[in-house]
Amino acid sequence: MESFWELTARELSDKLRRGECSAVEVARACLDRIAAEDATVRAFLSVEPDWALSQAEEVDRRRRAGESLGPLAGVPVAVKDNLCVQGRVTSCASRMLAHFRSPYDATVVDRLLKAGAIIVGKTNLDEFAMGGSTETSAFQFTRNPWDVERIPGGSSGGAAACVAARMVPLSVGSDTGGSIRQPAALCGISGLKPTYGRVSRFGLVAFASSLDQIGPLAQSAEDCALLLEVLAGHDPRDATSLDRPVPRYASELEGAIKGLRIGWVPEHFTEGLDGEVGEAVREALRIYEDLGAELVEVASPHARYAVAAYYIIAPSEASSNLARYDGVHYGYRTDEKAMLADLEEERRLLRESGDEAALEEIDSALVRLYRRSRAGGFGAEVKRRIMLGTYALSAGYYDAYYLKALKVRRLIRQDYDRAFSQVDVIAGPVTPSPAFRLGEKTSDPLAMYLFDLYTVGANLAGLPAMAIPCGFSREGLPIGLHLQAPALEEVRLLRAAHALQRNTDWHRRRPGSHIAARSELRG
Amino acid sequence: MAALPYTIVVGLEVHVQLLTESKLFCGCSTKFGAPPNTQTCPVCIGMPGVLPVMNAKAFALALKAAAALNCHIATFTKWDRKNYYYPDLPKGYQISQYDLPLCRDGWLDVPSEDEAEDRRIRIIRVHLEEDAGKSLHDEKAGRADSRIDLNRAGTPLLEIVTYPDIRSPAEAKTFLQELKLLLNYLEVSDCNMQEGSLRVDANINLHIPTPQGIAATPIVEVKNMNSFRAVEKALAYEAERQWGVFQETGRKLGEVPKQTRGWDEHAEVTRPQRSKEESSDYRYFPEPDLVPVTVTPEEIERVQASLGELPADLRRRLRRDYGLNAYDADVLVNQGRSTVHYFLRLADVCGDGKAAANWIQQDVLRVVHERQISITDFPIPPDTLGEVIRMVRGGRLDTPKGRQVFAHLLQHGGRPQEAVDALGFKDVDDAEVQALCRELVDANPKVVAEVRSGKEKALGSLVGQAKKRNPHVNPARVKEICLELIARM
Ligand SMILES: [Zn+2]
Repeated sequence: MESFWELTARELSDKLRRGECSAVEVARACLDRIAAEDATVRAFLSVEPDWALSQAEEVDRRRRAGESLGPLAGVPVAVKDNLCVQGRVTSCASRMLAHFRSPYDATVVDRLLKAGAIIVGKTNLDEFAMGGSTETSAFQFTRNPWDVERIPGGSSGGAAACVAARMVPLSVGSDTGGSIRQPAALCGISGLKPTYGRVSRFGLVAFASSLDQIGPLAQSAEDCALLLEVLAGHDPRDATSLDRPVPRYASELEGAIKGLRIGWVPEHFTEGLDGEVGEAVREALRIYEDLGAELVEVASPHARYAVAAYYIIAPSEASSNLARYDGVHYGYRTDEKAMLADLEEERRLLRESGDEAALEEIDSALVRLYRRSRAGGFGAEVKRRIMLGTYALSAGYYDAYYLKALKVRRLIRQDYDRAFSQVDVIAGPVTPSPAFRLGEKTSDPLAMYLFDLYTVGANLAGLPAMAIPCGFSREGLPIGLHLQAPALEEVRLLRAAHALQRNTDWHRRRPGSHIAARSELRG
Repeated sequence: MAALPYTIVVGLEVHVQLLTESKLFCGCSTKFGAPPNTQTCPVCIGMPGVLPVMNAKAFALALKAAAALNCHIATFTKWDRKNYYYPDLPKGYQISQYDLPLCRDGWLDVPSEDEAEDRRIRIIRVHLEEDAGKSLHDEKAGRADSRIDLNRAGTPLLEIVTYPDIRSPAEAKTFLQELKLLLNYLEVSDCNMQEGSLRVDANINLHIPTPQGIAATPIVEVKNMNSFRAVEKALAYEAERQWGVFQETGRKLGEVPKQTRGWDEHAEVTRPQRSKEESSDYRYFPEPDLVPVTVTPEEIERVQASLGELPADLRRRLRRDYGLNAYDADVLVNQGRSTVHYFLRLADVCGDGKAAANWIQQDVLRVVHERQISITDFPIPPDTLGEVIRMVRGGRLDTPKGRQVFAHLLQHGGRPQEAVDALGFKDVDDAEVQALCRELVDANPKVVAEVRSGKEKALGSLVGQAKKRNPHVNPARVKEICLELIARM
């Protein structure tokens, strides 16, 4: 008999429905698997065995009582640690919120629980989702299950790694510039960023509000569909959420590829793209062609400005969104006694030196509290982006940076509009190369930012996009295929992804176990 | 008032709290006076992950105010974030409106003291924003424990900015009174300065004629004015201060940075404030968590049509249709819409606007103020009081008796006739009074002679005699008949 951890969410859910196993059995197996694998992979920031088991018991009880159950009843799911779960720590992988317990549930958490999903724990991320390797987490590195010396991608690195290592079948992440798709690609799983507004952001700790979107990560397009169906829908608590009916994604997967017009952008295949990645993506396109799709070259003239525009807009919004973490109301606060003592000492020195001007300029206790709390609570990458954003929004620079970036954003949207008047989906690489080594780019933020080259466009334009596995490098590292569609065309994306997955088995491959690797890594 | 050697130029920036049940972006109550931090939720205290949702009622009230202020209402308006750090601002930014406010270019006419025409004060813009919380501390104390009450955080505010059209401290006060009255009428805000639901800052400088042309003094922003009276006093003080400084230094606008001064209520002076905002850059940018609001021309028309008669219209109507003088019309309109409604009904029933206005001012409002009730809770309905006034006007009751009937109705309710009966006032037939008067005129030739020589006062003795003969006669009627008889002799 197969172990539960080998099953997809769809398979698990069917077994549970047929009574072939109980939710508690599944939850136990999942917790055991996490205990074994996560000592090495370190995808989770917190695991909640007691809560998971009590949720599972409740599902079993209700099933026995013949009550109607949600579509994910008994299926374990991991939640990225920037999603609020009532009464539990929501740290955003930041010292700032290391002990912050949310007083409320995010809308998606609410929906998961109502659907009967078993929330087993919260996954690691780049601090406040700012990063592409999960290395900016204040607490731990998450390792790529395919090669534990490499990054899992980010910012939803934990969310992708825990699915890739088969610790959970489903995982919820967030995507601001590629944060679902990029780690999904680097970890060899499927991940979908929905249309902006398709999933409520209420309870997602904001990074860049106009770009953030919550979405599913799973082993297959089919499982992504299953999870998206639960996550999506209008929410009166999010003014940007779309009030449009939610398709039954999981029942709309079958559909002929014949006649599907797949666009490809020549610039995606030029310099900067790793040869093996390019080859794998082209191979996927050939498969689509064999299935009857038509490949069409499309132009994306402003795509090369996307990263620049993104790294103005996202930090600008972030600089404002993160202003609330000031040590006054909640979260990390500097040691006040020490702070006041230092301030007094500085004043004394200035008085002694007779430097009246400096004495006049010195921080008030309040300003010093802000400075110290924010200096101590945030990591380097978060600070870098707050500074970038603050600068871009400052008087005298606003027009040259923020406003110009908004113009580029509009042009990129128009590029997509034009492209989608010719094609149904756009396909290409997710990342310029497979997963890089831990620490490889930490001293080169620009190289790190350029890694988002192919993914930020969908966020700037608010469009749905997906990453699915399409091959492996010679070193055995997963390679992802990027699919993008017009707004609200998630069904089209999922169908295209599902068609490839019916004709390939890249998504079925899984990394070796890490139980053995543990002692070796410790040494 | 002696002519001043300068013109005072004042612009006001007014914040009024809208009369909504709940806050601008969450469902928390806006009630005043609750224990600190009891009217809060994750949204208004800026917890991680929360999002604002606009209160449609607040927007509707703002539209109403904008229409009543004769503004050009934008069909597309958006929200912006104003970023700054302060402990009473939990998100680190205030949601406000920057470059596309709800409306612009309006005006409010205010009654003028010495000009027959109203004075028109133009409005630059009106926009919606959320309020901050309240810091309960003295920042200068440094080490002192600071406390923050976030009950007020997120309360909807309307910011109204005028052009520098105000020409005297008294006019600033009149403008505020008129604005308050208007917003009260619209039920947009109660504009209660004590509870902080109206706050005002003023920009003031002087225009001084000199041989080289008009010299303008540096503009000063005056804050901390806690009543309309304080606004008047602070501006009067500030004008004199600026005049003094100008005479001393000759410093003009642009030669020194804009200064902020606070009004010291006790010392009755303005003092320079170390403005924490002096060099601040708010880094405004569009609020990505909210969608822009569009208003259709039809909606704007609907709002304009729904305003009803506003104070200025009512004043005009009371003067034109009810024969009231400006003062009486003003007093009634300033009491608010329900008093005006009471008046209109009363005047229609009794057929005499002036009498109705007198009764309201002298009798009804006295009771309303004594009992601290609203006129809608006043126990004598206008129809009943109207009947009483009719009795007085028709000579059935004299005014003192009318007042007694009023007092009786106030205490016992019922119809005026019941009160008249209960008080034992008998109706005297007019023919009977006529006969009595003829008798008295005939019997008192001396009095008649005096009256004819112009001493109308002498009639008093006839009235006295009439009252002795029949205590129920109406003295005014006796006087009237006697005069007629004497005139015909
Ligand atoms: Zn609230």
